[in-house]
Amino acid sequence: MNKKWVGRNVPRKEGVEKVTGKSKYVDDLTFPDMIYGITVRSKVPRGKIQKIHFAKHINWDEFTIVTAKDVPGENVVALIESDQPFLVDEEIRHPQEPILLLAHPDKSLLEEARRSIQIEVEPLAPVLSIEDSLNKKQIIYGEDNVIKEYLISKGNTDEVWTQAHKIICEKYQTGAQEQLYIENNGMIAIANEEEVTIWGSMQCPYYIHKALIPLFNLPAEKIRIVQTATGGGFGGKEEYPSIIAGHAALLARKAKKPVKLMYDRAEDMVATTKRHPSHTTHKIAVDENGKLLAIDIDFILDGGAYATLSAVVLSRGALHAVGPYECDNIRVRARAVATNRPPQGAFRGFGAPQSIFALERNLDLVAKEMNMCPVELRKRNFLKRGVENATGQMMEEDIRIDKVLDMALEKSDYFAKKKQFAIHNSQNNKTFKGIGLATFYHGAGFTGSGEVHLASIVGARLTAQGKVKILAASTEIGQGTNTIFSQIAADALGVSYDLIEIENPDTAKVPNSGPTVASRTCMIVGKLVESAVWGIRDTLQKSNLLQENYSEEQFISASKKYLEEFGELKMFVKYKPPAGIKWDDKNYRGAAYSAYAWAAYVAEVTIDKYTCEVSLDDFVAVQEVGEVVHPILAEGQIEGGVAQGIGYALYENIVWRDGQMANNQMTNYIMPTTLDAPSIRVFFTEPFTPGSVRKGIGELPLDGTAPAIISAVENATGQHICHAPLMPEDLMDCIEKGTK
Amino acid sequence: MNEISFKVNGKSETVNVHPFSRLLDVLRNDLQLTGTKEGCGEGECGACSVFIDGVLTNSCLIPIAQVQNCEVETIEGVAEGEKIHKVQRAFIDMGGAQCGICTPGMIMATLNILRDQPHPNDDAIREGLAGNFCRCTGYTKIIDAVKKSIEEREDESISS
Amino acid sequence: MRAYLPKYNLTSATSLDHALQLLDNGNRPIAGGTDLMVLFDTGNLPEGNYVSIHSLNELKGICISDEYVKIGALTTYSELRQNEVIRDEFPCIYEAAKVTGGIAIQNRGTIGGNIANASPAADTPPALLVYNASLKIISSTDEKNIEYKNFHKDYKQTQLAANELIKEIILPRQNKHKLHYYRKVGTRKAQAISKICIAALANFTKEKIENVKISVASVAPTVVRCTKTEDYFCGKQYSQIDIHEAQQVLQTEISAIDDIRSTKNYRVRVTCNLIQEFFDLITEENNE
Repeated sequence: MNKKWVGRNVPRKEGVEKVTGKSKYVDDLTFPDMIYGITVRSKVPRGKIQKIHFAKHINWDEFTIVTAKDVPGENVVALIESDQPFLVDEEIRHPQEPILLLAHPDKSLLEEARRSIQIEVEPLAPVLSIEDSLNKKQIIYGEDNVIKEYLISKGNTDEVWTQAHKIICEKYQTGAQEQLYIENNGMIAIANEEEVTIWGSMQCPYYIHKALIPLFNLPAEKIRIVQTATGGGFGGKEEYPSIIAGHAALLARKAKKPVKLMYDRAEDMVATTKRHPSHTTHKIAVDENGKLLAIDIDFILDGGAYATLSAVVLSRGALHAVGPYECDNIRVRARAVATNRPPQGAFRGFGAPQSIFALERNLDLVAKEMNMCPVELRKRNFLKRGVENATGQMMEEDIRIDKVLDMALEKSDYFAKKKQFAIHNSQNNKTFKGIGLATFYHGAGFTGSGEVHLASIVGARLTAQGKVKILAASTEIGQGTNTIFSQIAADALGVSYDLIEIENPDTAKVPNSGPTVASRTCMIVGKLVESAVWGIRDTLQKSNLLQENYSEEQFISASKKYLEEFGELKMFVKYKPPAGIKWDDKNYRGAAYSAYAWAAYVAEVTIDKYTCEVSLDDFVAVQEVGEVVHPILAEGQIEGGVAQGIGYALYENIVWRDGQMANNQMTNYIMPTTLDAPSIRVFFTEPFTPGSVRKGIGELPLDGTAPAIISAVENATGQHICHAPLMPEDLMDCIEKGTK
Repeated sequence: MNEISFKVNGKSETVNVHPFSRLLDVLRNDLQLTGTKEGCGEGECGACSVFIDGVLTNSCLIPIAQVQNCEVETIEGVAEGEKIHKVQRAFIDMGGAQCGICTPGMIMATLNILRDQPHPNDDAIREGLAGNFCRCTGYTKIIDAVKKSIEEREDESISS
Repeated sequence: MRAYLPKYNLTSATSLDHALQLLDNGNRPIAGGTDLMVLFDTGNLPEGNYVSIHSLNELKGICISDEYVKIGALTTYSELRQNEVIRDEFPCIYEAAKVTGGIAIQNRGTIGGNIANASPAADTPPALLVYNASLKIISSTDEKNIEYKNFHKDYKQTQLAANELIKEIILPRQNKHKLHYYRKVGTRKAQAISKICIAALANFTKEKIENVKISVASVAPTVVRCTKTEDYFCGKQYSQIDIHEAQQVLQTEISAIDDIRSTKNYRVRVTCNLIQEFFDLITEENNE
């Protein structure tokens, strides 16, 4: 296949709309007669609702009021487990549970009304930390507060400890992180007894579809979900939008009017999901040459009050816990535990940033204890072709992560800088300087048999102009779905980029190509796009309207002729797993992912000795991701992910009070500005295997950024640091008191 | 309710609203100019950036009474009809817009840098954009787009 | 937007007299809105009637005479940054304006508002304190000058009565200092509220420190002028100065707390470290 469009920096499909402000996000839409909705929430982490008081100064007759009693179907958000209600009827399990919904034409009055409702609660003792959950201070979930547990086991770790040259064991912690998409969550609903239509900001139209069918007890075809322009997601608009859509639709159904339910920033931050906080105990045994003999990991995530996606986040975290390293004896015990905090959920990286943080930090500690260069330690242990990883998946690709690392070392001038900084640190009394690295991989697509279960479908159809329109539920959320699908389809057909159109994700018009998550859009869905448009081409050729070799004009005219003759042409294709990919979900053995992206990141920092503020001076991100479809978009994905990783490492501290985020304002939850983020330098190496598959890149940069930065801080200060985010307050304690 | 008159993108407008109504809401709800976005509602993120009498401002922090007789410029006034502005073109070409929600504000902040400074260096660009948050790009491509806009202007001034 | 509009009213003052009259009638002033509108947006602005003083020319402009610089209360941070006399003679004020918010906030926020809002974490007050600023306060019946150091009484409590406005900030120009030191330690490098903020001035010779002025913000209920610490340094030869002793004295002048942005411990230690940095800069300058 001659690639004319893939690999080129074509202008993004919806670029003009975005730069002119014409793109319509959900809050930009209004419908005739539309009114507004608002959510009244619990304020306590745990308790039983006794009574709801409505203040007298409000004329409540003007309001549409929805409670759990108004739910026509099942009051449960259908996802993995059916444990979370749309509206709490009795038992409150976290401080931001939706209890009551209000709608009114006057948005300003709604806020006053929300303030005028008091929910009387009989409080129950809550569980607000991982420790208290594990210690069963209260039993709040199942029998033991454990939402999900996995065990990955290879070889026999217990036999190795006695033979080890050194054993390094340390505890690591990572904090929650807010996705902080700049567009807040919001939905508009039109609903009656027979049907429900939703417009809104989302990553996964079919997740909402799935959740609303039981809520309204309606047939699938009576629920329609339409994505509006979406201002960022990063995992934060994966599953929570189902709740907002349900709420908007419940209000609309009762009000008999269109209802817009927009969250403001404070509500979006305090109520919706975040990255799971983690605690990891990490034990590594090495021989005298620094070869990894055994790795034993106890990995724990705080899942919050309901199961949501914790089981799959935990799974990805566990599967990345040993990283791109070879080791014969591995044990990963992974648990997600319940607390009375709002449920944590998906955030770019999806468990992997947490487990990789512990691994990379502990490898730095091993290197230190062995008096070895961290580069050398990693190089001695990298996975290679023909070696099995933690789950026993044979590495069949010609893996050269050592070359990826070499490129990162060269671009960052790692060794020279390290020497230079050692001299600087011995002479300068105002700043410390340091350089640090992380090496890692990220599996693309759903874990294990996930893609088989999803059985994604993509379609393509001819338009009246003879163009080809892609039908997929994969959403454009900024990452470039529309653009890369068009490039892939254009090359598959040998036509121009402009001949490809993308249908807006709308469950009435597009098939379920699966959720827009897990770095799967380019790799998994992109491949289906290719097959779908080939189906169109083959049909035109079989109908003798198109020769084997054709020009674009010939393609257009063949398409038009076909439509004249047959009315329409739509082709659908379904995901087929690649041959030889086997996964044992029960024992967690086999090929967890069909492809991995490989990366080495290097960070350079300066630390102010007076204030312990850390500044990033340089950041080099090198990765092998297979074929790069659109270099500028791909770089943009990495740069944006690194910036979020910088926040994760140094700025984005969630202050928890009584089980909820207390700093739920952009002024107090600190994401990096242009003055805080450095120039991020991104490089892609040649694919390890020429002509190899495209691999996902969306999540990759979140995995290695924080450990690389903290490694640089360690290099600068000599302190082994075991947690992120590392605020200046913490670093001051680390340096002065030796805390970790 | 007060009657407030001002110009938006050169056009005279009169609205009858509460004097404390935010300029942001008046633009979006009363004048249907939805290109100006709300990200935080507290003057942090810059998604609502507009010019008032040529001064870059967060429209979420402006009570409409303070806009009486002023000239407001929004993202809708940047392109000339179908012809997009060079800064807008640069944002597309350099990958400065991803999800697009910060983009209108970011473009207003970029125009402010270009209007204020003849030859802004890297530091000046970063300072000029520091009141505009972007969660998608990590800013590198946005800064590339600003630099491209500056280079184009310099090329033009040399050739003219 | 969480405010309930019917609970508020806003009148635009057409003249200073009009504004003062409205204050007499119980209206509260709003200038650039960069503080009050945040409260309004989050539903935390006290209910009632407000008067917008934003367009009053009587309160605008920077007036320079041989002895004084008079800054109109409605002068924005951007205007402060653009003024050459401020930049050259009052670099701490220039720096404070530069590190406040971002450009859009600097374009709208006013120095008078920053003072009157009385946040202990505000960026300009420490600078104004070390330059011995005074304020001209007006009401419909009175006009008076007060020393800025007496203005802040307690957390968010000032000498300003409900019917008064700050008209201008007066800075004496006989301000010849060898070293002007200003540093804001914020939550990030822009759009940040300070965790600790310090302004300090020093005059010194090769032999000794002649005098210093030190003021800190975010480490007490109000901005603090650290006169005891100043006294510690004043007139001392370098060999007599033990920076740890100075830091001990400084700690008696501040009362930092834990809050959402930082910790008491960090604030105290960094304040002490910044005194160290200030002293280091003096020593360095001497060695050059």
